Amino acid sequence: MEVPILKQGGYLIASIQSALSDADLLSLRDELAYRVGRFRSRGVIVDVTALDVMDSFATRTMRSIAHMLKLRGAETVIVGIQPEVAFAMVQLGLTLEDVATALDLEEGLAYLNRGMKRENTGAR
Amino acid sequence: MRDESRVPIHSDIDIVHARQKGREFAARIGFSSGELTLIATAISELARNIVEYAQHGEMIFQAIHLAGQEGICITAKDEGPGILDVGQALQDGYSSRRSYGLGLPGTKRIVDEFEIASEVGTGTTIVVRKWKK
Ligand SMILES: Nc1ncnc2c1ncn2[C@@H]1O[C@H](COP(=O)(O)OP(=O)(O)O)[C@@H](O)[C@H]1O
Ligand SMILES: [Mg+2]
Repeated sequence: MEVPILKQGGYLIASIQSALSDADLLSLRDELAYRVGRFRSRGVIVDVTALDVMDSFATRTMRSIAHMLKLRGAETVIVGIQPEVAFAMVQLGLTLEDVATALDLEEGLAYLNRGMKRENTGAR
Repeated sequence: MRDESRVPIHSDIDIVHARQKGREFAARIGFSSGELTLIATAISELARNIVEYAQHGEMIFQAIHLAGQEGICITAKDEGPGILDVGQALQDGYSSRRSYGLGLPGTKRIVDEFEIASEVGTGTTIVVRKWKK
């Protein structure tokens, strides 16, 4: 099950469409690392709205995606974690502490735009 | 409704499969959608441990009834290496693989009853039950 990745301006948007196997999650990570370089993307949104479970493996992979892309010069935002999924993650003890999250795609884009703005003014 | 459903576990694809089968099974028992997510998460962790530590095994879902209560019984069974120190494996953050070590303790928090029988060289069987609220 391949995850479609759209290029929108300087950003990449990966929209997970259905449940993913571990192998699918890892290929998403590798594909994003590759495309960030190829398109010189500065921000990546991973939309997990369609995921009905975020277990320890999915959480670990999201964190490793964010860390890896950071090293490639891009900011990552995870959007669309459903309330029930969030509750189950808390029960399990899983956190995304060092990874940016936003309610939905729109908020995720707003978050990345704010980051870019800060960077531009800071560079002056 | 059939009272039992079995899913063989051999690879990471089977984890997704077990999660879906288990969720459908629990939905037929009448669990709420929040509970279904918790159940699917527990199944995912137990099935993942089979793939990671034992390579092969089986997940069994059963409908259970007791004193007017309805619930699901989930069994995760393998003939893998077994667990030397079960007490340690159940602690938050203990992992022999530098992973999060939350699969077993987290599953225990999610369900109402949790039993584990493990013997080194023989395998591991984990039986959990969750009752409808
Ligand atoms: N089915 C199993 N067979 C053998 N060892 C297991 C099994 N399930 C769990 N374990 C052991 O228990 C430890 C804790 O499991 P868990 O809480 O799921 O954390 P993690 O998988 O992240 O290490 C594992 O690191 C492993 O050593
Ligand atoms: Mg585990």
